[in-house]
Amino acid sequence: MATLSSPSFSVIDYLAEERGKDLFRFSTAGSVDDGKSTLIGRLLYDTQSVYEDQVRAIEGKGTTVPGQIDFALLTDGLRAEREQGITIDVAYRFFSTARRKFIIADTPGHEQYTRNMATGASTADAAVVLIDASKGVLEQSLRHAYIASLLGVRHIVVAINKMDLIGYAEQQFRSIEHDFSLLLNRIAQDTGNPVDCVFVPVSALAGDNIVHRSSAMNWYAGQSLLEVLESLPPSRNSRLDPFRFPVQRVIRPSHTFRGFAGQIASGTVTVGDFITVLPSGKTAQVTRIVTFDGDLESARSPLSVTLVLDREIDISRGDLIVAAGSQATVARNLDAALVWMDLRPLQRNRRYLLKHTSQTVPAVITAVNHRTHVGTLQHEAATTLELNGIGEIALHLMRPIAVDLYRHNRNTGAFILVDPETNSTVAAGMIHAIHDSTAQGKPLHGSSGPLTAEERSARWGHRGGVLDLKAPEDLVDLIERDLLLHGFIAVRINADDPSPSSDHSLLDAVVQRVVDAGLIALIAHQPDSDEITAHSGSYTTALAADSPAQAIAAVHELLRRAEIAVNTQKAGLQ
Amino acid sequence: MPVTQIAAQSLPVPIPVPSSHEHLSHLRLLEAESIHILREVASEFERPVMLYSVGKDSSVMLRLAQKAFYPAPIPFPLLHVDTGFKFAEMLSFRDEMARSVGAELLVWRNESAIAAGTNPIALDTRRCCGLLKTQALLDALRHYKFDAAFGGARRDEEKSRAKERIYSFRDSAGQWDPKNQRPELWNLYNARVHPGESIRVFPLSNWTEMDVWQYIHEEKIPVVDLYFAKERPMYVRGEALLPIEQAFVAHRDEMPQMVRSRLRSLGCSPCTGAIRSDADSIPAIISELLSFRNSERANRAIDHDQEGSMEIKKREGYF
Repeated sequence: MATLSSPSFSVIDYLAEERGKDLFRFSTAGSVDDGKSTLIGRLLYDTQSVYEDQVRAIEGKGTTVPGQIDFALLTDGLRAEREQGITIDVAYRFFSTARRKFIIADTPGHEQYTRNMATGASTADAAVVLIDASKGVLEQSLRHAYIASLLGVRHIVVAINKMDLIGYAEQQFRSIEHDFSLLLNRIAQDTGNPVDCVFVPVSALAGDNIVHRSSAMNWYAGQSLLEVLESLPPSRNSRLDPFRFPVQRVIRPSHTFRGFAGQIASGTVTVGDFITVLPSGKTAQVTRIVTFDGDLESARSPLSVTLVLDREIDISRGDLIVAAGSQATVARNLDAALVWMDLRPLQRNRRYLLKHTSQTVPAVITAVNHRTHVGTLQHEAATTLELNGIGEIALHLMRPIAVDLYRHNRNTGAFILVDPETNSTVAAGMIHAIHDSTAQGKPLHGSSGPLTAEERSARWGHRGGVLDLKAPEDLVDLIERDLLLHGFIAVRINADDPSPSSDHSLLDAVVQRVVDAGLIALIAHQPDSDEITAHSGSYTTALAADSPAQAIAAVHELLRRAEIAVNTQKAGLQ
Repeated sequence: MPVTQIAAQSLPVPIPVPSSHEHLSHLRLLEAESIHILREVASEFERPVMLYSVGKDSSVMLRLAQKAFYPAPIPFPLLHVDTGFKFAEMLSFRDEMARSVGAELLVWRNESAIAAGTNPIALDTRRCCGLLKTQALLDALRHYKFDAAFGGARRDEEKSRAKERIYSFRDSAGQWDPKNQRPELWNLYNARVHPGESIRVFPLSNWTEMDVWQYIHEEKIPVVDLYFAKERPMYVRGEALLPIEQAFVAHRDEMPQMVRSRLRSLGCSPCTGAIRSDADSIPAIISELLSFRNSERANRAIDHDQEGSMEIKKREGYF
């Protein structure tokens, strides 16, 4: 970023650069001694995100040695917190770098604040888990990683802090890295959500590897914590996921206009698309995508838009509009992971209100399948969950709603439970399994109705998706042949052909059809430099130009990470 | 499920994807989130209202409301709490904006406190705010039976605001209990309140001061002229510049001087200091903002009269 002091600073250039920035949210958790506040304070201070009056207000206060700033005071905002010297509630903090705007959900780490950790993780793209190098892996780090994974946070950045206290010793870092990787494996198995992790040795107090790479640890060749956070992909639902649009409001200013307002939960919608309204199952075609700034030809998650359809069908708030080819499941009986958040324990067969997207339905918990002991990852038999308890439950809804599994969709797979007497939010839930289904339902052999994405992936052995290759033609040939051998069904599209793919909207439409059919759209580009890359979902990987075998292996890894390769046996991968 | 451990040095560097649709800027993402919040509240509450304070944040919030319900008009009224100490330019701008967007504008004043001569010098700033802002606001909400009130507060403004929910629950006395906030996950907001209780809603929670100015620039949103630098008469007290709007703020024999200055945030004239500035356009303001060493509320007297004073005011019902 150009700075004001540099003679070349131009605010017009700065604003243009700002338009290229995206938004990345990460959560942190920690308690008094593990240096979390110091780490956040360091990130804010070293990226020039704190103002002098804010620093002046805390100077000379706190518990650090004179002359040093106690960063915890910068972040602990409530009087009760300052009095007790601990973080109680989720605090949101903001900073930006030349590449990204960041939002930190800063949460307390103690078990009694599990619900705050879950709150912070629910919207996070990544979680920064802190481990005190001088103490090794404590239960608290495990809990934070578990909750992040349960809430579907894919990227876990493990900051091994206080390296200065152990003389920057590589061996201890490697040993913690090894132990915690094994734990993360078990966590991912338990939550059913994949985890990608990166380990960074840091000292928040000394500033090592937080913003700038440290010279104190030459054995570490990796990026600083901030560099890692700048390069991770956001875990938003992609534009190529199935289209989901919960209707928030019917907009009807006059008898000539009737539109359905909502925020696109996943996927893309284009004028002319056929959609289905759930739970009614009625179908229509999109004729306009209306915004204050003019109509759009196409819009993607997470934009807020208003859809106009070609025919009068009954649609109201709470309905889910989906792509006609890839429908959600309409269900009344669900299994879900639950984080209990209320002082009053869970009561089976009591009426709660379930809020899912833009609708609320009465629901009862019919059974507690198990309670998870986060410290040991053991499942225990249970009949209830208490405040901060985590477990899996069976749920019966008073009327059917259209849902997805949480691991497929973080919006249409999530819900909260509200106590109708106290109006408190008592639990957060993530749908793990769907037990019944209507005509739009699960893949049953011989069932009728439109094909679902699940039925297609069961048949093809993989999910639909895009594999974008910037590679010479002979390497693309090799990759295409290898995919065929391994049972992937790919449709090759040469993006550089003059027609029809020079028209982006047409290319997008073709790609969308291929993906909707559950196939792989293999888009090939001529590389414009020596850089040969493969891109899928939110992942990009560099391919080795001189080793086709390595390049092919990297493509397989990419397909796995992008969750296109779901059934590795069937797809022939090891 | 497998865990993939990526060595940090081999992390992929995101490269631009061919389709022009792929990139959504942070402002588009923030806008989409705010519109979602505005629509949720308008759909789930009986009587919502938008607190319109005339400042830059209110201007952005008003534009987002236009966008959220387009092509329908904004489905709730605007409420301005007038302390009697607002700058004259703010009041004319307020009326013009409400007229141009076609929104209903309600103005509420604590007339009895104003008639009794309440001002921040006779009282202290905290008690003055308590009567002219907080009390007036609570009276207005009660009078009109509003059950949800939008405010333009942002989490980056102040430490206790950083812990504020998007839906901030208030008891029947309008008070905030920071230790008993509802958990708020994903974009699922709990809109259930008992009769008499209400919520304050902050659709700009995740915006920063810089985001607000950039959005004003990108969207060409009108703002009050007081934000732009020009020669203005000020009482100069050391570093501080005090607008001459109200005669009672002058010390004995104090004479105003013309100073090229502007306001960074808009409050009541006796308690809002101006800053010396040459920034006479939005890009100039943005460029000035990049050079600032102090937060935007540093020139608001009310935030600093005691440790944690914003939190205390909020507990009492302040926005």
